[in-house]
Amino acid sequence: MNFPSSNSSRNLTLVSIALALVFIIIQTLILVWFGVSVGNSIIDSAISNVLLAVIAYYLGNILRYYRPTTSSFFYVFIWDLGISGVWFLVIDWILPFLIKDASYAVFLYKSSPVRVFAAFLIIGLAAMINWVVYSYEEQRQNEKRKMEAEKLTRDAELFKLRKQLHPHFLFNSLNSISSLTVSRPEEARRMVQQLADFLRGTLKTEEELQVTLEEELELLQLYLDIEKVRFGHRLDTLIEKDQACSSAKIPQLLLQPIVENAIKFGLYDTTDKVLIKLSAKKENSILSVSVQNPFDPNTSTSKKGTGFGLSSISRRLYLLYGRNDLLDTQTNLNTFITTVKIPQHD
Amino acid sequence: MIKVIIIDDEPLARDMIKEYLHAYPFISVAGECGDGFEGIKAIAQFQPDLIFLDVQMPKINGFEMLELLNPAPAVIFTTAFDEYAIKAFDAHAIDYLLKPFSKERFDKAIQKWKAESTQSKNTATTQLEEALPISAEQHTRVVVKTGNNIRIIPFQEIEYLQADDDYVKIHTKEGSFLKKKTISYFEQAMDPAQFVRVHRSFILQVHQVTRIEPYEKDGHIAILKSGEKIPISKTGYPKLKSILGL
Repeated sequence: MNFPSSNSSRNLTLVSIALALVFIIIQTLILVWFGVSVGNSIIDSAISNVLLAVIAYYLGNILRYYRPTTSSFFYVFIWDLGISGVWFLVIDWILPFLIKDASYAVFLYKSSPVRVFAAFLIIGLAAMINWVVYSYEEQRQNEKRKMEAEKLTRDAELFKLRKQLHPHFLFNSLNSISSLTVSRPEEARRMVQQLADFLRGTLKTEEELQVTLEEELELLQLYLDIEKVRFGHRLDTLIEKDQACSSAKIPQLLLQPIVENAIKFGLYDTTDKVLIKLSAKKENSILSVSVQNPFDPNTSTSKKGTGFGLSSISRRLYLLYGRNDLLDTQTNLNTFITTVKIPQHD
Repeated sequence: MIKVIIIDDEPLARDMIKEYLHAYPFISVAGECGDGFEGIKAIAQFQPDLIFLDVQMPKINGFEMLELLNPAPAVIFTTAFDEYAIKAFDAHAIDYLLKPFSKERFDKAIQKWKAESTQSKNTATTQLEEALPISAEQHTRVVVKTGNNIRIIPFQEIEYLQADDDYVKIHTKEGSFLKKKTISYFEQAMDPAQFVRVHRSFILQVHQVTRIEPYEKDGHIAILKSGEKIPISKTGYPKLKSILGL
């Protein structure tokens, strides 16, 4: 259980003190109206209300940790009445010591029902204010906690989606390196370095971080270089971009899975050389990047075009932008085109 | 001289196997292939004693390639990451090597093959026809051989299947093809929401059905878009009805 912060209880204390002062003034005026001397009125009001304020303060503290449910309101009512009675007994005992006046003693006795009833109302009011404030406070904290939990889940999901590195890629790259160590050690060393740089790029944790298209393409180039070593002459890549989009922002590591999907699709669907073409352009403050790969329309079983790679991209875009229309695929004779749109905030 | 063929779409992966094979002067590499189609051709041409076979390859994967070979040679699978149960390899391969593999592990696989090949003539892939679908591709399509052509048939294009002795006859718009598999294999491989086994010997695609008519005493037949009539058994009828939402 989480208790309301001390901040709201400090505010409540200030409000209680202010209310006590107001009640002291009101009661003084009423007593003067009834013919009690000004001095006696002030003493009576001060004692009565300070005592009430102390009671309200402790009551508030109790309510901070224990709030009766609506079904137990009846008991609260009884308690309130009891406390009011006790309160009257206490002032009825104290006041005669301070005010030695026979007519005042009679007045005190005569006014007892009104005083108990007023005390009942004031304690009830204090309890109600405390109850409302603390309930509201608790609800707000619950909501805050829920929001934090939701953000954590979202971040975790985004992180997971982003670093979905296909084990196939990793193990096959390691296999290529293993093969190169004997025949071409220099190339093996370079591939180890490229793989390390690429992995480092995928391990960054700040999800909200947007990088420039240029930075994203650098990381992509590392990935493509590794894939070219793996597949040799079969894989060719071409990157075209308008000069204007170099500085456009893009969520980190968004393009790599799209290109990986295109390569997989292209390489496993045909036996010929494969050209993967990436083109980027910026229009109306939207960066749009298309990735093209060949495929065989006769035998392709991935006609639906949403392999795992693409569905996770689509999910990521939704989590980041709250939109479902940013990823699009189309087939054109024997090319498959994946287009992703990134809204720019400039 | 022992003849081997290496089938892998990554040239460096083939290089490594060749390099490891240098230690075995009695083994010669008869061929190197970058995909399953080339693999089938090379195997027919050289009749190798052993093949090294990658699983994920262009067009047809390693499992699908093996299905087309009769008899299939002894196989050592080489694969990077096993999404499909590794156990599946045990059923019909001498061994499997997880890339990247060491020379020691490779030697062990060769020894295993030597031991098995001296024991019996063809240990390799005899149970393959009974094997269940393993790879993701095998759940979406079937690969058949017609003469010298290899045809990849996506399940979507199949109207119905008919058991025919040791074979299954695959009926599509473009004609029918034979595949040496059991009808239960297809029942396992296909999406049960789209393909229903309506009879001991028949599986049909639900979207192909235009009407269902009573037939003889208490039987039924399904009439497909192509006009073909498919018998429905007593156990098949409720299955088909529930999928059609009747």
